[in-house]
This record gives sequence, C-alpha cells and structure tokens, in this order.
Amino acid sequence: MTLGAPSLVLAAIALAAASGLPSLALRRRRSAPRRGPWVQRLSTSLLVLACAAGCVGALASILEPASPSIVLPWKAVGDSLVGLDPLSAFFLLPVFFVGALSSIYALGYWPQAKHPRTSARLQVFFGLLVAGMALLLVARQALAFLIGWEAMALSAFFLISAEDAREENRRAGLVYMVATHVGTLALFGLFALWRASTGSFALRAPALPLGLGAMNGIFLLALLGFGLKAGMMPLHFWLPGAHAAAPSHVSAMLSGVVLKMGIYGLLRMLFLLPSSPAAWGWIILALGAASGLLGVVFALAQHDIKRLLAYHSVENIGIILMGLGLALLGRSSGRKELFVLGLAGCLLHVWNHSLFKSLLFLGAGSAVRATGTRAMDRMGGLAKAMPWTSAFFLVGAAAICGLPPLNGFVSELLIYLGMFNGLATGAAGAAMAAVAAPILAMIGALALACFVKASGAAFLGVPRSPEAARAKESPAVMLVPMAALAVTCALIGIAPWLLPPLLDSVIAGLGSGPSLGSVPSLGSLAPLAYVGAASTAIFALAALLALTLARSGRRARTVMTWDCGYAAPTARMQYTASSFARGIVGMFAWVLRAPKEPKRLEGAFPEPASLHGEADDAVLDRVLLPAFRGLGRLSRWSHRFQQGLAQQYVLYILIALALLSLTLIPYDRILALLAVN
Amino acid sequence: MIQTLIHLLVLLVLPPLLLGFINKTKALFAGRRGPPLLQVYFDISKLLRKGLVLSETTTWVFRAGPIVTLASVALAGLLVPLGSPLAPVAFAGDMILFAYLLGLARFFTTAAALDTGSAFEGMGSAREVTFACLSEPALFFVFLALAKQTGSLSLGAMLGASSLPFSAAFAAPLVLVCLGLFVIILAETCRIPVDDPTTHLELTMIHEAMILDHGGPLLGIIEYGSAMKLLVLESLLLRLVLPLRFESAWLEWGFFVAQALLLSVAIGVVESIMARLRMRRVPYLLTGALLLCGSGFVLLVR
Repeated sequence: MTLGAPSLVLAAIALAAASGLPSLALRRRRSAPRRGPWVQRLSTSLLVLACAAGCVGALASILEPASPSIVLPWKAVGDSLVGLDPLSAFFLLPVFFVGALSSIYALGYWPQAKHPRTSARLQVFFGLLVAGMALLLVARQALAFLIGWEAMALSAFFLISAEDAREENRRAGLVYMVATHVGTLALFGLFALWRASTGSFALRAPALPLGLGAMNGIFLLALLGFGLKAGMMPLHFWLPGAHAAAPSHVSAMLSGVVLKMGIYGLLRMLFLLPSSPAAWGWIILALGAASGLLGVVFALAQHDIKRLLAYHSVENIGIILMGLGLALLGRSSGRKELFVLGLAGCLLHVWNHSLFKSLLFLGAGSAVRATGTRAMDRMGGLAKAMPWTSAFFLVGAAAICGLPPLNGFVSELLIYLGMFNGLATGAAGAAMAAVAAPILAMIGALALACFVKASGAAFLGVPRSPEAARAKESPAVMLVPMAALAVTCALIGIAPWLLPPLLDSVIAGLGSGPSLGSVPSLGSLAPLAYVGAASTAIFALAALLALTLARSGRRARTVMTWDCGYAAPTARMQYTASSFARGIVGMFAWVLRAPKEPKRLEGAFPEPASLHGEADDAVLDRVLLPAFRGLGRLSRWSHRFQQGLAQQYVLYILIALALLSLTLIPYDRILALLAVN
Repeated sequence: MIQTLIHLLVLLVLPPLLLGFINKTKALFAGRRGPPLLQVYFDISKLLRKGLVLSETTTWVFRAGPIVTLASVALAGLLVPLGSPLAPVAFAGDMILFAYLLGLARFFTTAAALDTGSAFEGMGSAREVTFACLSEPALFFVFLALAKQTGSLSLGAMLGASSLPFSAAFAAPLVLVCLGLFVIILAETCRIPVDDPTTHLELTMIHEAMILDHGGPLLGIIEYGSAMKLLVLESLLLRLVLPLRFESAWLEWGFFVAQALLLSVAIGVVESIMARLRMRRVPYLLTGALLLCGSGFVLLVR
C-alpha cells in the first residue's frame, strides 16, 4: 500500500497547518466584510477535511499496528523523524476529532462577521495548534518533538489572548507564556540528558541500560516539563486563568486535548525506559491523588463557569495520573493485571476526558454567548430557553462525575479495579495502593456536588438576571458538535466492549518490555460486557418508567413553585452557586483561603453586607505572585545604580578600571619585602 | 431462575413494609397506636392514582429525577444478595457499579430539586451532596475491608465474609465495619440522627426538603424508591451481622425477611431514643463512620 496510514496523517498535518491561509490572505482586502464568512467556512472545511483524514489514518494504524513508518532523513540530527505507533495514534484521534468539532462550533460562536479583527488570527492559530500537536505526536526524535511542542504552545498563547483588550486576559496569557516556557526549558534539559546518556536524540528504547542517576534525572525533568503542561497539582497555576480567558471553542481544545500532550509525553518517555523503580509509581499515584482531590475542591469554590471547568481538568488529570501510577507500580513489581488495568484506565480516561470536557466547555460557551457573562450566579433557568444546550451540558456533567450509563464510569471502573487488584493475595504494597480507592470515591462525590451546583445554578431554576431571561438557543452549527460529543460519551458507556481491541493494541505496544513479557487482554480482566448491559438497562428502565408515566394520560397542571407557600418567590431566593458549595468549602477551609465572612448585621438598620465566596488559587495567588513580588522589591534596590545617566555609567567604568588596576599591584613582592624587613 | 424471581418479588414488594415497621416502632415508643403496617402501600398507591401538578419553572429534569432515581436504585437492588447468597447479577467489580448507581440517583434527585428554583430545595440538595462526600469514601473502606478478607470483588461473595471460618483477626474489623456501615445506612436513607423524615416544614431537613414540590405520581415514585433504597442498603449489613445459613431456600428467604424487618425495628428504636443532630454536627458523625471503616481496613492489613 503506497498511501499508508502515516502518509495520511502527515498530509493531514500539512493541510491543518495551511488551513488558516485563506483567512490570512483576505485579512486586509477591501472585500473582507463581504467574503469573510465564506472564507471562514473555507478555512474550517479545510481543517475538517484534514481532521477527517487524520482520524482515518490514526484509526487504521491502531487497528493494524504493523503499518510502515516513514523515515525522513535529517542528517544534522540523525534519522527517523516521524513514525506512527498505536500510542501516537491513540492520542491523535482526540486531537483530530475534537479539533474538527470545535472548529465547526467556532462558525457559530466566533463568526467572522461579528469578530472581524480576531477571526483570521483564531483561524490561523487553531490550524497550527492542531498541526503542532499532531506533529509532536508522530515525532520520533527530540528536535521534531520540540518543534511540534513549541508550535502548539505558541499558537495556544495567541489563541488564549485573542480578546487582549481585557486586562485579565492579557495577564492570563502572560502567566501561561511564562509557565509553558519553564516547561520547555525542562524539556531541553530532559532531551539533553537523554542525548548524553543514550547517545542520540532519537526517541527509541536505549540499547544499553541507563544508570540510576540518569533515569531519575529523566523522570524528574519529564515530571516537571510534562506535568506543567498537563496541569498536575502544584504546577497547575497557569491553567484556570488561561482556560477561562480563551474563547470557548479554544478552551474546549486546550482543556480537552492540549493538556493530554503532557500525559502523552510522560507515557512516551517513561515507557521508552525498559524498567522503572517502584518509587516512580508511588510518586505519580500520590501526585495524582493530590491533583484529583485539590482540583475538585478548588473547582467547588469557583463562580465563573469556565474557571470551574478548568479546575476540573486538574482533577481529571489527577485521575489519569492515578491510573498511570498504578501501571508503573504494576510494571516495576511484575504484576501484569495491575499494569493492564492501570494503563487501560489511564488511556481510556484520556479519551473520555477529552470528550466530556470539550462537551462541557462548548455547552458553557453556548451559555456564555447567550447571556454575555461567565458568572453562574447571573445565568439560571437557561434550560427553558436553551433546551438542547442544557441537555448536552447535563450529559457532560453526568459523564464527568463518572456516573454509570456514560463513559466516565468505564474508565474510573478500570482504575478502581486496578486499586482493588492484588488486595486479597497480599501482593506487596497492594494495601497501600488500595487506600487510593476511597480517595477516588471522595473525588467522585465532590465532582458530583460540583456539577450539580454548576448545572443547577446555570441551567435550572429561574433566570437570575435580565440577560439570562432574554437568552436564546444557539444555532445548529453550534449544537451539532455538542450532539456528536454527547453521543460519543453515551456510546462508550453503552458499548464499552468495543474498546479492548483498541486499548490492547496500545497496551501491548507499551508493555512488551523484558519485565512483563506478553500482557493479558483487557477484555479478560474487566467486566466490560456487564457494564455495557447495566448502562443499557439504566436507559431502558428509565425510558420504560417515563413512558408508563406519560401514557397514564394525566395532564399536568402547572402552577407557581410551592416552596412551602411563598406567595411571590423571586429568583433571588434561589440557592446561588456559592451558597450551594458553602458547606463543602467550609470542610476544606484548611486548603482553600476561607471566604470572607459577612459583617455581622447589627442594629435596626444594618449596613449592607456581602459574602465573597470565590477562592484564590493556592499556588499562583499565594506562593508564586508573592514570591515574584518579593523578588521585584529586591530588584528595586538595584535601581539606584541604574538611572540612565551617562555620567554615572562613566563613573562605574572608572571604578571598574580602578578595581581592575588593583590587580596590577605586585602583592607578592610587597609581601616578600615586608617579610625581609 | 426461581431464586431470581423471588429476589425480584422481594425487592419490589417488601420495601414499603420496612417503613411501616419503622413507623410502628416509633409510634409504640411515643405511646401512640400508629398507622397500620401497610399504610405506606396505601399512601403510594393513592399517590400514583393522583393527578400531576408541576411548577412552571421546571423542565424535563424535574420529571426525570424520580424516574432515574427509581431505575438506578432498582438496578442496584439486583446487585446485592437478598435471601439467597448469590445476587441475580454478579461480576468482579459490581460493588463499584453499586456505589455509582446510588451516585446517579443522587445526581438526579438533587438536580431535580434545583430545577424548582426554590430556596428550601436548594438547601436540601446542597446538604445531600455535602454529606455524601463523607459517606461515599466510608462505603469504599467497607468494600476494601471485605475484599481484603474474602479475596473477592463481587458483592455477593464479599458480604459472605463472616460466614467464612472464624478468624480472630477479622473479629475487630468486622465490628468496626458494621458500626460504620450502620451509620452510612442511616445517613443515606435520611434517618435520625442525620435527617428527620417525619417533618419537612423546617429549615433543617435534607431529603424531605428536596422533594417539597414533587406531587402525585412523582412523589409516589420517590417514596417507593427511597423505601427500596432502605431495603437495598439494609441488605448490605444483614448478611454481615447474622451469617446464619439454612438448608432450605425457603427458610433462607423467610429468615432474610425477618432480619430486614428486625433491622427496621432497630432503626425505629434509634429514631425514637435519639434526637436529630444539629446540621453542623452531622459531618462529625460521618467522619466518625469514615474513621471506623478506615480503621477496620487498616486493622486487616497492618
């Protein structure tokens, strides 16, 4: 076959990178207002075409892993620039799938007619973002990887700061820029160390075993560089601001897909090494548990719907890392079942999170577009005006909580099974790993609280502001991508038995090291058929009950909400997002900065009081910014030496010369003379 | 097959009777005669025949709430063993599905409550999700301890833990786990000391506050669903506390029903002799349950 899967993916990358060119070419023309919408459609269709080709190529290469890999010679740095293995293909699929859907959504969300200034910019960089990610996924060589990585990171910066007229967006973009480049710096160190210890920049399993020092160095640098991108807990500080500031279809891409590149990098580097110390597994499991728990706790304290979703990405990255930690533990202790279950949970949650998180961001974007605000306490009651958007958001909310008929449950079940694995046989460390199960259960319960709060405050109840009361449903071009994502979420939940062939191929590729030999199939370890049957049964039983109720022929009388007999309930009597979360925020006051308590109401005519319930970020607002402010104060002290006066600088030169001339003094002779005397 | 049919029959028919026993016990403690034991059946069948009144702020979520809740509780009921030691549906990892089905029920109950836009129902659902954050991990500690002891990942086998040959090492963890589980059951079924099911006009209620605006058949479905949840959760505890087995399957079913009614009486006694805790004290009670179950597991692995 001449047109193999890799060439299809390469063509997709080139087409995606070029998809913004029509918009760019038209930008300055006088005919821009008239032709703009058509050019935007052209650009989008190019990108969708690229993504479709990429999806086909990726799927083909997962199902038939033996497809030929392309070796592009690049003499300066060594050969084998690109290649396509099941792991790459597995991560390519969400890139192309979510990329295509988000760009279609943008036609309605960010139309050229409404945003003439930024539309071309978004189009160009969105294509580059997709192309950059796809490039880094197929790269088999450190420099090509870094080129893709930087293309992704920089285009993400321009996408995040699209609305740079607002101060908070510029700040979010700046924080992101600094964070991502600290990560890139760590990657430079990582690949330099890789080159030094393996002898080449090629991302291939090393021929000779590495020393423990080099292994640990590689692990720590990878954890720093890729962890920053993935948004692992102490390194997540750039994420909430950036994902909230970006246009919603970009947020969907950033949260759903770009974060996963960090996970991909970790998987790629850690599984290039044939074995790993058990400590790595424990570290990643612990970091995952911390990210998961703290991510959801911080999410609960947010009022901005997009910041809330962004913190949930931290939580879900935590869950993914828990799976990865289990897989590493399984590899280091030679427990194949644990390895397969942990890795399958990790990989499947990567897919699932990219589906439901982008669904949620698209739904939130739809609500933001209709109401003109990101504050949940100014939305409310949108389910009446926007039935489709709210239904899709609710599907996404149930999926992200890991509830049964949907996809989130399947991946969390695999991770739970990994945690329970080996408990009875008393395998070493199994009991310690099992303690992560109640933590994951707590994360699930907190996520449920958070999404009942988010969907309740934004979509259910009564409109809380005049804008919310005037909201209208979004156009079909925005609803169809959401529908596609929601259907995929339900499909994975109903038919999880479709997954083992895909996952097995990836797992076999990663697990065929000397420490494990051949690994068992996922289908033999997890009760996926039962899960699928249970999901179907939930749908069927609920539908049956609903039909019975509907067929009983009762006409419903509609009246005002009873509410224990209030004559005139108002929207302000509803529970707000902050009051809903107050109990849990109180339980976790030790990690959240406690919301300011309202002033006590005293006297017959008390002064107005208010309650501020949104928590600052623990790392950014409490550690990094104060630290940098301190650094700034220290540097201000040095200002007195640099005031831009030429005379002063001449003085400095003179002083420097004088100091240098001191070295000409023959100290040793003087000392000798003194000694003689 | 016949066992499955009996299981279904018991699961569908028995639940309201448990509530009847609880109410009767409470009435006797208070010196009243109390409603007949079958009163809850009458109530539910009357509600199901009534007309439907909806609030004008509500959407399909409000109607889906009771329906999805009942569906998921009924499915959870197929995963636990009732009279026979085997549940109709059993597979490795079914306890996780069990816990998450109850989560699905909670998601829809609380979302439906928020759909009314009323202050009380928001209050109730906020409390419900808050307390679940502590009872859910406690339940998973129970599962961990039982999985450790029995070496199985299926509810049916796990709950048979105490019918295994007696081991001294399991005695103390079993007591701790059962105590913790009892508290979880009280919290999940909204009983005193966590919640008071008899009144709903107070600011301090949880479950009753969430369903203020449901009426007619929807309310009937909710009442039936919460009775079924009581049976399902009770059955978790029963097999652990009294691991007696009989030769005949019929005797086993009879014994199970008697046990379930006895546990309901015990719940009624607890409700009669205790006062409801203040809301801000409830997390301490649930943290206590979490610690009990956690220590049970730690004792097993030490």
